[in-house]
Amino acid sequence: MFATQVYGDNGKMKEYHYTGPVEHRFSPYSFNGGTVLAVAGEDFAIVASDTRLSEGYSIHSRDSPKCYKLTDTTVIGCSGFHGDCLTLTKIIDARLKMYKHSNNKCMTSGAIAAMLSTILYGRRFFPYYVYNIIGGLDEEGKGAVYSFDPVGSYQRDTYKAGGSASAMLQPLLDNQIGFKNMEGVQHLPLSQEKAVQLVKDVFISAAERDVYTGDALRICIVTKDGIKEETVPLRKD
Amino acid sequence: MALANVLQSESVDFSNYGRKCRGFSSSLYETELGLESVGGDNLSFAVRTACSDGDGPERKIQFLHGTTTLAFKFQHGVIVAVDSRATAGAYIASQTVKKVIEINPYLLGTMAGGAADCSFWERLLARQCRVYELRNKERISVAAASKLLANMVYQYKGMGLSMGTMVCGWDKTGPGLYYVDSEGNRVCGDLFAVGSGSMYAYGIVDSGLKQKDLTVEEACDLGCRAIYQATYRDAYSGGQVNLYHVHSEGWNRVSQSDVLMLHQQYQNLTDQ
Repeated sequence: MFATQVYGDNGKMKEYHYTGPVEHRFSPYSFNGGTVLAVAGEDFAIVASDTRLSEGYSIHSRDSPKCYKLTDTTVIGCSGFHGDCLTLTKIIDARLKMYKHSNNKCMTSGAIAAMLSTILYGRRFFPYYVYNIIGGLDEEGKGAVYSFDPVGSYQRDTYKAGGSASAMLQPLLDNQIGFKNMEGVQHLPLSQEKAVQLVKDVFISAAERDVYTGDALRICIVTKDGIKEETVPLRKD
Repeated sequence: MALANVLQSESVDFSNYGRKCRGFSSSLYETELGLESVGGDNLSFAVRTACSDGDGPERKIQFLHGTTTLAFKFQHGVIVAVDSRATAGAYIASQTVKKVIEINPYLLGTMAGGAADCSFWERLLARQCRVYELRNKERISVAAASKLLANMVYQYKGMGLSMGTMVCGWDKTGPGLYYVDSEGNRVCGDLFAVGSGSMYAYGIVDSGLKQKDLTVEEACDLGCRAIYQATYRDAYSGGQVNLYHVHSEGWNRVSQSDVLMLHQQYQNLTDQ
């Protein structure tokens, strides 16, 4: 199952035609697909991901969610190369434990984001091929979303989509949550029910048009009362 | 090495695996970083730098790049104006990136090129500046701060860092403005524009600076207009214009204007 140069940019398959013998270089990376989304509300945060794990034309698993619980107030969504996702989450868990033992308190969402930035940059010359989005509550109890690039550049957002269908989801979120480029529209604050419904609708649309997104949707809702998980079926084709 | 020192003490050492597998073709850097090339085994995980052929893993992973940033000195200090767009290939990853990094209350750094590179090294610079302050009981000069940054990234020259930054501040000798980049350049000057939209910005600022003795408001307007024009013509710049003014008491954030609003504003001015 070595990924070879048959996969072009972004892991999508190149057109196959016989060009004669080609030397294939081993690539340490592979693209396993998947989409992650996070939305921050007034007093909640939602992190959602699909559960399909693919490679090239095959699906390895239909039940491989990409949201990982870090603390009682923080969830991380990782998509990209599954091997790096697993290692990265293990490293973050280890660092969280170390922090808890040294400082006798849990890491806050902002601190986890800053730490992840340096962890990712530590591999600047052999990056973790992972697109991360952290969703959680900040110290004041307000929703916070932090989005990252593979080498650790990050910023706090209100909403962000990452992964294979991110380019399809982000414009929809810009319109519905950000009210971007809309004139004469009342900016209503987002309620939890509306946000969950929006996330479901948005993933249903993504599953329609992106081959790497589908099977099921796992939603983690972070509030001051803890983390609630919900699973919604998506297209399996 | 700055990078290894900062991260080794804080992180669990998973990095040994990565180090052994990284076989850089240039032996100069191998010895400096203490890397061993992969011996015997013909597999090489050599990560190509950004300037080599496009099939290496670095090209598949798209980092956030972007931008137009500019800074110029004038009678009352330094004006720093930046856009806020970050692109990953042809996709606009964000329209609300903070490209001015507040190193400390009297030093600013701008971000152009690789977003992670700029924010990481300037954060490290902030730490070094603070250490300097504690050791020497006085603020660091802009020249010294820019030299620290230039020396830090020079050790990684040729390895694919992409950073074009301006260090702006006010110290004992007055306003200071230095351009530092990952190629090893460090230049002092009165006006710099960095990024894909820099040429468009230069045009505006050069013509506006001809009249001497700008007031603070005129200088701010000039900076804002220059970035706006750059976003108008450069596809990789856009979002909002963030404007800062550095004076003898430190810096303050003048304004943050959405480019769409600016467009309507300037349109109304020309229509009148």
